[in-house]
Amino acid sequence: MHRAAYETILDDPMFGDISLTQFIFGRLTWEAIPYHEPILVVTFAVVALGGIALLGLITRFRLWGYLWNEWFTSVDHKKIGIMYIILAIIMLLRGFADAIMMRIQQAIAFNGSEGYLNAHHYDQIFTAHGVIMIFFVAMPFVTGFMNYVVPLQIGARDVSFPFLNNFSFWMTTGGAVIIMMSLFVGEFARTGWLAYPPLSGADYSPGVGVDYYIWGLQVAGVGTTLSGINLIATIVKMRAPGMTFMKMPVFTWTSLCTNILIVATFPILTATLALLSLDRYVGTNFFTNDLGGNPMMYINLIWIWGHPEVYILVLPAFGIFSEVVATFCGKRLFGYTSMVYATCVIMILSYIVWLHHFFTMGSGASVNAFFGITTMIISIPTGAKMFNWLFTMYRGRIRYEVPMLWTVGFMVTFVIGGMTGVMLAIPPADFVLHNSLFLIAHFHNVIIGGVLFGLMAGVVYWFPKAFGYRLDPFWGKMSFWFWQIGFFFAFMPLYVLGLMGVTRRVSQFEDPSLQIWFVIAAFGAALIALGIASFVIQLVVSFLRRDQLRVTGDPWDGRTLEWSTSSPPPDYNFAFTPVVHDHDSWYDMKNRGYERPLEGFKPIHMPKNTGTGVVLSAISVVLAFALIWYIWWLAALSFIALIAVSIAHTFNYDRDFFIPAETVTATEDAHTKLLQERT
Amino acid sequence: MSATQVHDTDGKPVFYLKDEHHPENSTMLGFWLYLMSDCLIFAVLFATHGVLGRNYAAGPSPADLFDLSLVAINTAMLLLSSITYGFAMLQMERNARMETLVWLGITGVFGAAFLALELYEFYHLIHEGAGPTRSAFLSSFFTLVGTHGLHVTFGIIWLITLMVQVKKHGLNPENRRRLMCLSMFWHFLDVIWIGVFSFVYLLGVLG
Repeated sequence: MHRAAYETILDDPMFGDISLTQFIFGRLTWEAIPYHEPILVVTFAVVALGGIALLGLITRFRLWGYLWNEWFTSVDHKKIGIMYIILAIIMLLRGFADAIMMRIQQAIAFNGSEGYLNAHHYDQIFTAHGVIMIFFVAMPFVTGFMNYVVPLQIGARDVSFPFLNNFSFWMTTGGAVIIMMSLFVGEFARTGWLAYPPLSGADYSPGVGVDYYIWGLQVAGVGTTLSGINLIATIVKMRAPGMTFMKMPVFTWTSLCTNILIVATFPILTATLALLSLDRYVGTNFFTNDLGGNPMMYINLIWIWGHPEVYILVLPAFGIFSEVVATFCGKRLFGYTSMVYATCVIMILSYIVWLHHFFTMGSGASVNAFFGITTMIISIPTGAKMFNWLFTMYRGRIRYEVPMLWTVGFMVTFVIGGMTGVMLAIPPADFVLHNSLFLIAHFHNVIIGGVLFGLMAGVVYWFPKAFGYRLDPFWGKMSFWFWQIGFFFAFMPLYVLGLMGVTRRVSQFEDPSLQIWFVIAAFGAALIALGIASFVIQLVVSFLRRDQLRVTGDPWDGRTLEWSTSSPPPDYNFAFTPVVHDHDSWYDMKNRGYERPLEGFKPIHMPKNTGTGVVLSAISVVLAFALIWYIWWLAALSFIALIAVSIAHTFNYDRDFFIPAETVTATEDAHTKLLQERT
Repeated sequence: MSATQVHDTDGKPVFYLKDEHHPENSTMLGFWLYLMSDCLIFAVLFATHGVLGRNYAAGPSPADLFDLSLVAINTAMLLLSSITYGFAMLQMERNARMETLVWLGITGVFGAAFLALELYEFYHLIHEGAGPTRSAFLSSFFTLVGTHGLHVTFGIIWLITLMVQVKKHGLNPENRRRLMCLSMFWHFLDVIWIGVFSFVYLLGVLG
């Protein structure tokens, strides 16, 4: 029998026998600080110096008040959306650092060389890479776009529950903070990104790594679920008059489906991780090998969340491509209705394919055949979408601006990834390819080629909306080409290696003939690094050249409502609520003689900012830290604080205010003046 | 939405509203969505119990452990609390603050009685050596029933908070909305309990 957390205390001869330090610090000791790992010490030094420099600069320019009042406590969906994307970009750098470390390790760990990372460290890196890229890069990126764009596309002034939105963002950030803490205090999980038991149980992973994993995801998961609920309510209840469901922009449609999937799956993740933590903390037997536990139960449950999760990520990307294609081809989207139905079908089918992640479980031919077939069926609506985009381009006046480049790159790359996916959906083939690098190549092929390319297209497409100036196209093209070529160099060799039988998560190799493929893959990763660097340079260059790149409302000749207001939009989004007649409503307005209202503005009702979200998230981080390190007094204290602050917040009934009509008039007049100067 | 004018008197399309637009309140929908997400947490726990519920690991089975008459009283407490919450809502509709508070108080007492009986049952089981670590069956039993109990606990904390707020601010629109949400929450827990009672206790004892 393993020792559960509470037993370590109860087994002491007397409860009072544990030393004072143990009571105060739980299992946290100096040993937890990895000062004997030179890589981590250097990383820490760099992060610390960078952090101190950043904090110093903020203090030097007296920005704390501005950040707190205008950003951290803001309930404005636009600012929250931007903060989500900033979080995602920061975490992308961390996740990519992990990726490049793995690529270097695998390229050199041949002929008896151990490489520069020991297995203990390497296992943490591949776990962290997966967790960070999915939960703290792709998810906040996608949520950020949905937050920013959806209310603007449906002609609303904010989301349904603005405070909840701020709280959700801070919980996601809290989760990221917990994961980042594991780098310098203790260790991270060595289990792979889904932490399968029994490996992740108390017997085989007794340290804090899996606990960091669990609590990081639980804290972030609260935020994700609540933001899903918020955005569904927003889309269902807050659309502008005239915008029936079949007149919603496609991005809003895909966001709706994604958020339904979030609400329908994240609770499963929460419950599953809760059961795993009961196994670890209380000593229950859900997923243990003895006393009736069943580890395969965990694997089923986690994939019932995990498979819809990949559609949660890719559907909004499909929405972005749909907007980009229609805009840059100057045409209505081909097959709007079929696009909507395809999205809904994918949403439903994504729920009945989970078992293809473990055909090798041994559930028998019939079960495997069912899930193999459903998996192949899901490629049909996806294929329909692909043809819709192609037919939109057909005979369109295509402008190859940077978002369009990403879109075309996506079409080529994603189709390859989709086809290898169908190969993996064949159970007998999967028995050969399961857990091999072929699988790794496949899902990077769809996640990079689908999700990431979509997000990059979205950044370039909506950046002028959010900041009032375009991104520099030269560095945008550099970024695209480095990513596109780098991707093929980095992942095509993995297909080859996978077919030759190389399994995933291996840190050293025996067969020297494999090395060349890993070297090519490492070269590809270096190209991707240049792609990311170009993206960062693009942001800097564009900021410096912002006066030349300045735009007013509608830089791309857009078609949906977000382009009908100024760029960046005013706090209240729309001075008057728009009335919608068509699904390309802004195009319709431009075509049928819409005139911008210049007078008659009224006061606008808006929600007030609040710091409660930041406070609750901070307490949650403390609570998680206390639970990870068994500091029980602190856990109890922060749990009580969490409830007390939540209750106190409900006693505040004064939550809204009016933007006076004069302010609205002044804002709109300024925009009018700008429009006249530009034309 | 259908009431919106889409063309003006000259037949030109109208592209914006001159008056302030009041979208429908989303709280009820949002809260209902939350309940559905919570329902999924219970779904996972029920499914886990369905898979692991017979893995006794040579330990006690439901027939050895469950005292159905105690569970019946327990169930009655919770069902009664739902009825009394209904009475509180009726009083709220009549705008009777004091009566609403009284019925809410009675609801809280029934809820607390339910919790007390459940804790007694747990204590008894653990004392007999049938704690959550004994077998996968007991792990899933304690987790499912305990999660429900935890929800009732938070429901009671919420109930007390709302009673204070109703006392302080009266039955204003915000408080009415909050009472509606708690009402949905409370009845939802009732529905879940009926599932627990039927599938865990009754079917469990049948073997």
